[in-house]
Amino acid sequence: MAHPYMASALDDQRDEMLALIGAKSVEQLFEQIPPSHRISAPLRLPPQLASEAALRRHLERLLSRTTSSEETLSFLGGGYYRHHVPAICDEITARREWLTSVWGTPSSDQGRFQAWFEFASQLGELLDLDFVGLPVYSWGCAAGHALRMAARMTGRRSVLVPEALDPERRAVIANYCGSPDLEAHLDLATVAWRRDDGRVDLDDLAAKLSSDVAALYVENPNFFGLVEDQVADMVGMVAEAGAELVLGVDPLSLGVLAPPGELGVGLAVGTIQTLGVHLYAGGGAGGFIASRDEERYAREYPTLQVSLCDTIEPGERGFGISLFSQTSYGAREQGNDWTGNSVYMWSIANAAFMAAMGPQGFADVGAAILQRSHHAASRIAELPGVRIRFPKGFFGEIVVDFDGTGRRVADVNDALRSRGIFGGLDLSRAFPELGQSALYCLTELHTAADVERLVTALGEIIAHGEEKGR
Amino acid sequence: MRRFVGFLVNPLAGMGGRVGLGGSDGEQRVAEAHRRGAQPVAPARASRALHRLAARRDVGDLTVAVAPDPMGAELAEASGLRTQPLAVPIGSPTTAADTVAVARAAAAAGVDLLLFAGGDGTAADVLAAVGQSTPLLGIPAGVKMRSGVFAASPEAAGDLAADHLVRLARAPVGEVHPELLVPTEVIDAAPGGGGASTGGGGAAPTGGGGSMQSALVGVALVPRAGDGRLIGPKSSSALGSSSALDALAEAVASELDPDTLYLVGPGTTTARVLAALGLEASTLGVDAVAGGELVGHDVGEQEILGLLDGYPRTKLILGVIGGQGMLLGRGNQQLSPRVLARVSPEDVTILSSADKLVALRPALLRVDVGVEAPFPWLAGYRRVRVAPRRDMLMRVGA
Amino acid sequence: MSMDRPRRYHAAVWDEPLVHEIGHPGRRGVVVPEVEPDVAAVAGDAAELVAPAARRRRPPSLPELSEWEVLRHYLHLSQQTLGMMGISLFGTCTMKYNPALSESLISLPQVREVHPLQHEETMQGLLEIVYRLDLALRELSGMDRFVFQPGGGADAAWLHACITRAYHAARGELAQRNEIVTTIQAHPCNSATAAAAGFKVVTLPLEENGRASLDALRAAVSERTAALMVNNPDDMGIYNPDIAEWVQTVHAAGGLCFYDHANFNGVMGKLRAGELGFDACMFMLHKTFGAPKGNGPAVGAYGCTERLAPYLPGPLVEPVGLDGDLDPSRGGTEDLPGFGRDGVRFRLVEPEAGVGRVREYLGNLPQVLKAYAWVRAMGAEGIDEASDLSVLMSNYVDARLRSIRGVTRSNPEVGAYRMEMCRYSLETLTQETGVRAVDVQNRMTDFGIDAFWLSHEPWIVPEPFTPEVGELWSKEDVDEWIDVLALVCAEAYEHPEVVRTAPHRQVTHRIDTGPLDDPARWATTWRAYRAKHRMP
Repeated sequence: MAHPYMASALDDQRDEMLALIGAKSVEQLFEQIPPSHRISAPLRLPPQLASEAALRRHLERLLSRTTSSEETLSFLGGGYYRHHVPAICDEITARREWLTSVWGTPSSDQGRFQAWFEFASQLGELLDLDFVGLPVYSWGCAAGHALRMAARMTGRRSVLVPEALDPERRAVIANYCGSPDLEAHLDLATVAWRRDDGRVDLDDLAAKLSSDVAALYVENPNFFGLVEDQVADMVGMVAEAGAELVLGVDPLSLGVLAPPGELGVGLAVGTIQTLGVHLYAGGGAGGFIASRDEERYAREYPTLQVSLCDTIEPGERGFGISLFSQTSYGAREQGNDWTGNSVYMWSIANAAFMAAMGPQGFADVGAAILQRSHHAASRIAELPGVRIRFPKGFFGEIVVDFDGTGRRVADVNDALRSRGIFGGLDLSRAFPELGQSALYCLTELHTAADVERLVTALGEIIAHGEEKGR
Repeated sequence: MRRFVGFLVNPLAGMGGRVGLGGSDGEQRVAEAHRRGAQPVAPARASRALHRLAARRDVGDLTVAVAPDPMGAELAEASGLRTQPLAVPIGSPTTAADTVAVARAAAAAGVDLLLFAGGDGTAADVLAAVGQSTPLLGIPAGVKMRSGVFAASPEAAGDLAADHLVRLARAPVGEVHPELLVPTEVIDAAPGGGGASTGGGGAAPTGGGGSMQSALVGVALVPRAGDGRLIGPKSSSALGSSSALDALAEAVASELDPDTLYLVGPGTTTARVLAALGLEASTLGVDAVAGGELVGHDVGEQEILGLLDGYPRTKLILGVIGGQGMLLGRGNQQLSPRVLARVSPEDVTILSSADKLVALRPALLRVDVGVEAPFPWLAGYRRVRVAPRRDMLMRVGA
Repeated sequence: MSMDRPRRYHAAVWDEPLVHEIGHPGRRGVVVPEVEPDVAAVAGDAAELVAPAARRRRPPSLPELSEWEVLRHYLHLSQQTLGMMGISLFGTCTMKYNPALSESLISLPQVREVHPLQHEETMQGLLEIVYRLDLALRELSGMDRFVFQPGGGADAAWLHACITRAYHAARGELAQRNEIVTTIQAHPCNSATAAAAGFKVVTLPLEENGRASLDALRAAVSERTAALMVNNPDDMGIYNPDIAEWVQTVHAAGGLCFYDHANFNGVMGKLRAGELGFDACMFMLHKTFGAPKGNGPAVGAYGCTERLAPYLPGPLVEPVGLDGDLDPSRGGTEDLPGFGRDGVRFRLVEPEAGVGRVREYLGNLPQVLKAYAWVRAMGAEGIDEASDLSVLMSNYVDARLRSIRGVTRSNPEVGAYRMEMCRYSLETLTQETGVRAVDVQNRMTDFGIDAFWLSHEPWIVPEPFTPEVGELWSKEDVDEWIDVLALVCAEAYEHPEVVRTAPHRQVTHRIDTGPLDDPARWATTWRAYRAKHRMP
């Protein structure tokens, strides 16, 4: 009997095929591999579970040893967020037509091309930018590529990133900049954050904007959740220095926050995870690169783009891949960086999400995040010894400083976890100057009751000086 | 806007191929081809290209300036394209002189593009007639097609012509559009081989075996393919982009040692190095550079030998000519064994687009400097610089 | 063996407008949870919470649709996508079945609703799956350690380039070792990531036997060599019998050797990268191991030997409380006393000399789960059988293609049986009829056949196409595919215009590619299109 995944694992069909080939055995077909190259011993793998029922039981038992952020109350964010994912997004991305085969012709896979185009089109509206590539692996990867684009555009080899940057993302960007031992690398330097309000220090930026600087990367809101209200000033400073400003954004914030285009930014990157993609333990990550529709940007994209075009039938629209020959698919090592199989599925979820939300949905979700995070900050600030490090102008995330409580964030979080709460991201290692601080994330999904539950738990933990949680 | 294309076919091109002759150049060879029962192949291939062009509705108002029969008039009429005759008397059978005359007449009539069907010899004749005054595009119909001016197939030629006309229609009127054109090497049999040609240019030195005695005879302007690709018969990728070669040329130029004499071989790729230095290359000949100055333009063997005495060290910058991997051949006899004996193989820089190397069958660069025994100089695997910080390793044979 | 008649297929044509062109002002597809009055009272007016300079001025011009309108629109688009609904022998990508169980399990909250920065104690089940797949891949490859952070095969090649930098930098040799050697037929991601990492790329051409030669490699390597990045067999189905000598040559010069296992399907269970001497290798979980490939998300599983393990990106999953590693042939941990409860658990560790991150977080864990499920469903015997089948069926295709006029096999001088795929050329067909490979590709979609793969760049084989069957498709499917190819090639000789203007039964006609690279006309967004066409 054939395995359910292998239709023609059958003796009669094998013999029929061998007969046409003119070979005596399947083994004979492996004649190119020298015997000394063959595997030294049979594979030792766990027993086959060809029965779906048995396999399901095994996997579900393994998975049962994980606790999700749905069963608990989670305040984890840090560039990766749990928002509501409309059920239609799940139904749409589960469609078999999208799975596995991906490079059909523009005519036969027209629907996918159109969905991709609608991802770019709607994201372009949110960003107020006209040129959008297909997504890359993550926000950090998008930032890394954009900095390299800027280096090629300007012919300069130094890039600036904020000191207040997600350590994960910063590590990704560092790899994209390379090693000073090799000729083609970018020097990576940081711009300080102002200790009083947590924003990019424009004086430090001015001091570091030399004629070697290709680009400044900033995020809005920044890693501390703070809205940078001087992006337009930075755009001017950077332009004067002959460099590019790359703005990193969470598009879900753009119903209320000024989009890159309105701020005068020509090149933007960010996450697509917040637009209808689940957490998936990090498997929902995805990033975008977008810009003004100008050749100097467009010619440096490493990604594939979908362009609306005509077909040979008058009046009929079609879609095709734009600027293919400048990618590594088209020009190998002479192309822009590299590209490969990416997270295109999420762009379809994004397209459906943006269409479902519409302008009102983005305005509402932005307002809800603003109000809920400010409400939570007010409530948390009432706890003894707890202080909101940057009390004004944040969007969704709050730096909560526990120094006054004498408690370590790690201990607080252990104690919270034993109460079914995932506390905020511990900043004490990456940002020791913030002391024992944690980054608390509030989304449209947190209710007033959730906040009360957190405040109550924190109050108990601070008051009772509990031992380390389990 | 009205578009105007010139069209000619060398009716004898390609006849030698199927009957085992290495080409159809020269009256003797044409006669031999007829004797062996060869049938004309070029008209049918030309017709395929014209039908393709005629089928392209996006080209708009198009007129084709045509040569008298048998050089194209009937084919163009049959394709349904609007035609306008070129009043040029031609002989029977046709000869290279007829090709030249028709091409000149088309250029004089002001065509946007001259579409011709033939092989390397035809390309050389057309180029000799019009130079860079008129863009060219070859419909592949010959036996030998080492020049870069030929499209991959007749239909591809039709499409490329149409694409070019469409782009031209959108470009601002009355301006030169160098961005739509790419300088492309035209290769033909090396001069001095003897024998007149039919529609072919110059010489017919080879038998049926396809010896490598070919030379760069000039540089034509050819429409750039829409996606930046070269149009040659085997090229498909964007590995040979002009910008990569310019960047390579700049890198090479910036590395030149001021006290060394550089002998720069023929070709469009090496010419980019001189351009990067702000110097004018002879392109078809050998130029000498020292201290950032041109110290010799299109120099001969004796001149080179004289120059060699004046410098402590001499380096060679060579390109790969044409579609058959010629590194040193009959086309550059100035770089004679006597000259080469005074250059260390380590002091040779080879430049080429990656595309050109990838298309070589076999993957071999050839040195044929005209001595009896295989010349061992440079033999073995050598690096060819294809872009800044990108090398390909190529075997150099005799 | 031959069809009685071709399938009377026609694509679904909904003539679906752009999402921007449907709907009506005032509609919405989803409602954001209302903010409680208490919360609003404490927080104040949302607009006042943002400094004026940082507020959005004009609302985004997004469509306004009801929930059903959104759903139906994207269902229509899915129906206007042929993909795997037809027959897809898309070579080099190994079209696999994506088991429905795996596709459904990822909707469990224990997968879907897990934040990557959760405490490791709350992720034990997922971490165990990561560890178990690591063990299985070690067994398949002979490597010592795997990570799943790279977001695809190209990203794994990028990781190798990053690790190569770290390895040589740790020895103080990076400035000297600045070259990576590859071959012209290796997937472009190898040379492209090497170049992006700052290395000089040295490419070996293919010689008369269809392979790059050992002599060329010897001439290429030196004290400047940092690494070799190659695949084997290649996309022509040609296996390099000198590969062990290649590895020795590079090692002798001090370089590292990376095995791009893109073409693993034909050698699964037949050979191990580690036994051939390689220092690192890459598997694509999204093709070889049954997770969905195209559209992604993907995982380039990167494995290496102990020598390179210190340079791996973090975080790594490690068992605690086990004496060494588990026996790879053990079943699930549920049969292991105490596992996952008292003694044995998994922790996340950061390698000290590691390259940090090539992508945020642990990797696409749903795909890791799917790959693990596939390994368990197949077992050692199933995996071995799958590689047998994929080589058998590829050679069956080869035998049948020999009789189709206009089709020739790449490197005809290589007479040996090819591996799990082979590249063919339609150059003869093109020369004789003017019909190109891309035309045949388009015409075959008229019969419900998904586009075949042509070739990676550069096209070493003119007018190429590259079928690969894998273990998924039935012999009947394969016969149908070949019958359609034969029919279309015959049509090219009789009615070339029909093929050249194909498709005729697809969602749209062939596109005009002219605008795609033209700055004045390309439009990657609807707003760009409107601006360029002067639409309101």
